[in-house]
Parts: sequence; C-alpha cells; structure tokens
Amino acid sequence: MKPAPFDYVAPVSVAEALDTLAEAGGGATVLAGGQTLMPLLNLRMSQPFILVDINRVEGIRGVSHSAGTTRIAAGTRQAAGLADAELAATQPVLVKALSHVGHHQTRNRGTIGGSVALGEPAAEMPATAVALGAELEIHSKRGERRVKAEDFYFGPYMTALEPDELLTAIHYPRWPADTITVFREVAQRPGDFALVGLVGAVQVEGGRIARAGLAWFGMGPTPIKARQAEAALLGRTVDEIDCRAIAELAVADTAPFDDQHATSHYRRTVGGRIFARTLGEALNVRQTA
Amino acid sequence: MSEHAIQVSVNGQRVSARVEARRSLGDFLRVDAGFTGTHLGCEHGVCGACTVIVDGLAVRSCLMLAVQADGAEVTTIEGLAEPDGTLHPVQQAMRDNHGLQCGFCTPGVVCTMAALTADGANPGEEKLVAAMSGHICRCTGYQGIRRAIRQLTGQPQPAGEHA
Repeated sequence: MKPAPFDYVAPVSVAEALDTLAEAGGGATVLAGGQTLMPLLNLRMSQPFILVDINRVEGIRGVSHSAGTTRIAAGTRQAAGLADAELAATQPVLVKALSHVGHHQTRNRGTIGGSVALGEPAAEMPATAVALGAELEIHSKRGERRVKAEDFYFGPYMTALEPDELLTAIHYPRWPADTITVFREVAQRPGDFALVGLVGAVQVEGGRIARAGLAWFGMGPTPIKARQAEAALLGRTVDEIDCRAIAELAVADTAPFDDQHATSHYRRTVGGRIFARTLGEALNVRQTA
Repeated sequence: MSEHAIQVSVNGQRVSARVEARRSLGDFLRVDAGFTGTHLGCEHGVCGACTVIVDGLAVRSCLMLAVQADGAEVTTIEGLAEPDGTLHPVQQAMRDNHGLQCGFCTPGVVCTMAALTADGANPGEEKLVAAMSGHICRCTGYQGIRRAIRQLTGQPQPAGEHA
C-alpha cells in the first residue's frame, strides 16, 4: 500500500526540527531511519500530517566516550554502531544486540535512537537500554531533560516522549571490562522480531555478583526489566546460583501476550528455559539436569 | 501534502522530477525514472525484492522516500552489467549457479550482494549468507543463491551438489 498524503520537512538543525515539532502541535511524526515508521505509513497504521525528516540534521550522528559513559547520538545508523570497534570494546552488550536488529539492509538506514524512541516491545534496542541502565537525552523548545530508559516505556509504541520532543542521544553507562554479556533471542528467522528475547549484563567481583542488569523483549507491552531476578542475583556467589530459580523469578515479572506467532504460554516456557540456560552459560555454572 | 523537486543520479544518469512527499524511492525509480527492474513486493520492508544501492549501501527502496534520495547516487539492477552486456560478477555467479527461477526477488538479491562485494571486496560467505536473511525467495530454496555466494567468495562447492 501507499502512505496517506502528508507534508514533508527536512530541517538541517536540531533547533529547526524542534521549532517544527512545536508548531505542529502533535500532528508531526519524526522520521529517522524509517525502517519501522515507513512500514507503518505504508500500511496506513500511522497517518501524520507532517513528517519531520531528521536525516539532514547536523550533529545527530556519532559515538563519543567520556569517563564512565558512552553517548550515542540518536541518528547514528545501526550499521555504523555495528562497525565501530571502539564501541564493541566499550559496550559489548549493545553491539551484540545490534547485530540482531533487523537485516543488513535495514541496519544501513535504521538508527539506534529511532529504535529506542519508537518502543516496539519485541525490539532489541529498547530492552538493551533498559537492561544497561541507559539515560535518554531529550530536547524540546521547552528545554532539555533526561529520562531513564526504565521509566520511558508505557506500552507498545507508547513512551514518555511528548509530541514536541526529540530524542537526541542515549547515554549508556560503561560497565567494567570483565562484565559478562547475556543475550539470547528466539525468532522464526534471523532478523525477524523476537518471539522471546533476553539481554543484559552481569558483573562478577571476587566470585560474587556485584551488579546485574537484565531485561526481556517480546515478553510484554514494553521492554521488561527482570527486577526480581536482578535482586536475587545480587551478592550471591557464582557457585550458589540456581539458574532455574532465578529464571522463574525473571518470568514472573513478564506479561507476554498471545499473537499469531506464539502463545503467552509458549513465551513463558521458552523464556524461562533460555533465561536459565543463557545465565548458566554466561556464569559457566553447571546445572543439574 | 507537499511536493518536492528532486534530482537523483540513477545508474549515472541524472533524473529530475517533482514528487509527492509520500512517493517511495521504489515507485520513483519505476514510475518516474522508468527503471522497472526494481521490483516492489510487500511494500513494508519484509521481502527485500525492492533493494537498491543508495550511496554504496544496500537499502530497501520501499522504506525510503524519493525526496530523501535527493542528491543521492542510486544504482539499480539495470546499472550493474557493462554497457556491452557483460554481466556483473554477481549476476554471472547467479546465472552460473541457478540462483534464480522466476526472478522476482533477484534484482534485490543481486543489489545486496553487489553492494557487499563492491570494488572487489570479499566479505566472506558467512556475512553474505546472513545478508540473504533480508530477502525472501519463494522459488530456489536459496541453495542456488548459496552456491552463487560460494563462487563469489572463492569457496569450494560441497561435493555432490550440482548447479
């Protein structure tokens, strides 16, 4: 299908983009990479009056590193993030998750910020931001604010982003170099949206879990932080961790739904199994069968 | 609804047009520029048939607006063979290995492989095969396409397999 008619503007600066969003009074939609928005437009599930294309905006691409934080400008292409060796070294969990976002062809245009801002519940980037404890840098004509990723998502495609606001960057805290990456997703084909997915990081210090950030995708209306599992892991020695029990706690925090691809029962069952197995492999814990 | 004057280089040829904002790059290539080798399948980014090369990168032309390609260099399937008809190495590999049957998905498949192997690059079999997950082919079962990939990347064909 073809999109419903709309007006199109392509601002060249953040200030100009914010002016347009403010003037549009809620009738505008921001077009970043377009790899999720364009299908919604083509299927007429989204019918904005004005499309604000930020692809020509100066200064919204690139990765910068400072003490303890990695700032990824929202317009950074997913393919650029994947090809960035320094990013792979500083944010291995993020780069691992990026390799599962869409396909080669969609990553060439899709942006990291676009995926974070849209809030597709089965997408990797929102859950990764939640798991790692990222902070979102948001601008509008009214000023700048920061929102924690875990407070950003309300429902499918529903976020804390106001109509006049633009996500300009994501700030990912730098986890220590020996942090363990946790990632697993089950999808029908590579590049498809996950039926069930798990992403996160676990930091072990002196044989004990010092920090854990774990989140689900495809397991509810938003990315879901596995709070109970994180709390249960904290302070435990690696040897005493019962991955199955932790997985049960993690599944207890989810609210999966039935759709044409899988039932909620399937998602809970498979979710629990991949959680236990992936955590076990990550911690190299021997599990009793 | 806004209209925009755009100028796009398509296969080295400058194409100027006035397009509605909602015109996709794929429709622009087919309808306004006359390059009907680009095939639009699903028009929502799933099938990969409409893949073209924009500024050196394989992208889905149904998920990009024509107005966004203003000033860009686009290569479609028509731009790959030599003017004398000599096939592009990717086209030759697909032909040698029966990488196509009905041919509907083929322009997209070839554009993805051509972008990844541009200027003699060899991304390796694994990366090319992974990139094929962005294409749906309902005829070949992908085996001919995989053979074409092995030929392109200099890998031996498994024994007992015939093109």
